[in-house]
Amino acid sequence: MIAPRSWLPTPVLSILLLVVWLLLVRSYAFGQFVLGGALAILIPLLTHRFWDVRPRIAKPFVLLRFIFRVLGDIVIANFEVAYLIVNPWRKLKPHFIEYPLMLEERFTITLLASTISLTPGTVSANLRMDGKSLLIHALNVDDEEALIRQIRERYERPLKEIYEC
Amino acid sequence: MSVIIEGFISLLLIAGGIFVFIGSLGMAHLRDFYMRLHGPTKATTLGIGCMLIASMAYFWSVDGKPDAQELLITLFLFITAPVSAHLLAKSGLHLQLKRVDKTQGKPVELRPEEVGEKPVPHPDKGHG
Repeated sequence: MIAPRSWLPTPVLSILLLVVWLLLVRSYAFGQFVLGGALAILIPLLTHRFWDVRPRIAKPFVLLRFIFRVLGDIVIANFEVAYLIVNPWRKLKPHFIEYPLMLEERFTITLLASTISLTPGTVSANLRMDGKSLLIHALNVDDEEALIRQIRERYERPLKEIYEC
Repeated sequence: MSVIIEGFISLLLIAGGIFVFIGSLGMAHLRDFYMRLHGPTKATTLGIGCMLIASMAYFWSVDGKPDAQELLITLFLFITAPVSAHLLAKSGLHLQLKRVDKTQGKPVELRPEEVGEKPVPHPDKGHG
């Protein structure tokens, strides 16, 4: 067995676990901090072999901007999809699109695929085995190129900037 | 509880209910499997978001202290919704589920010849 490199292999995950624990028990007492802290150290140690290598966040502020942009897009996406579903005269043009990936790390590809699923009219359907392209199903598309360009500029470039620059 | 907060909470609850209903409607009556996936992945996230904000506002005004527990539900939802949608779409592709004829784009995953389910007819059939 390979020994973990340190007692805190993934600091971000540990902080997240502590926050989740405190929110779950709904108490900010000192004892809960100790218990949550112990769990936050223990769980990553036990599961670290399961985790993929995660790239370092190079630009936290770009990440913050990215998160807010995605949240805004989720709201817009909801209105768009709701309108497409309710509108009885809709002429939907569903489309399978192959999106050529620029990202290389598996973790960032996962982030991109999740973002695509949550934002307007697109669901990521399949990541090809070679990790070079992503199959996307879109609910209503007029211009395939425009959608690819939009995803590239709006989501993929910031992600690349944040993690892989 | 003041009328304004009550109105705000009811508005959020109604909006959330409408969004969740539309999402389910989309799941029920869109034409093929891949289009039906869009309803529950998107229209429900905002709907449930609205309801959770309403719940947070209600308990804040009743208990008098803010409580962020609902944020956890949102977090888990945002992590799990795209992953389950992706897996459903992947299994749909694997099972070669039918798509509506007007769907554009020809993914390799859905061409019967590529997967070997249907044999490709030989160009000259004369030689039997």
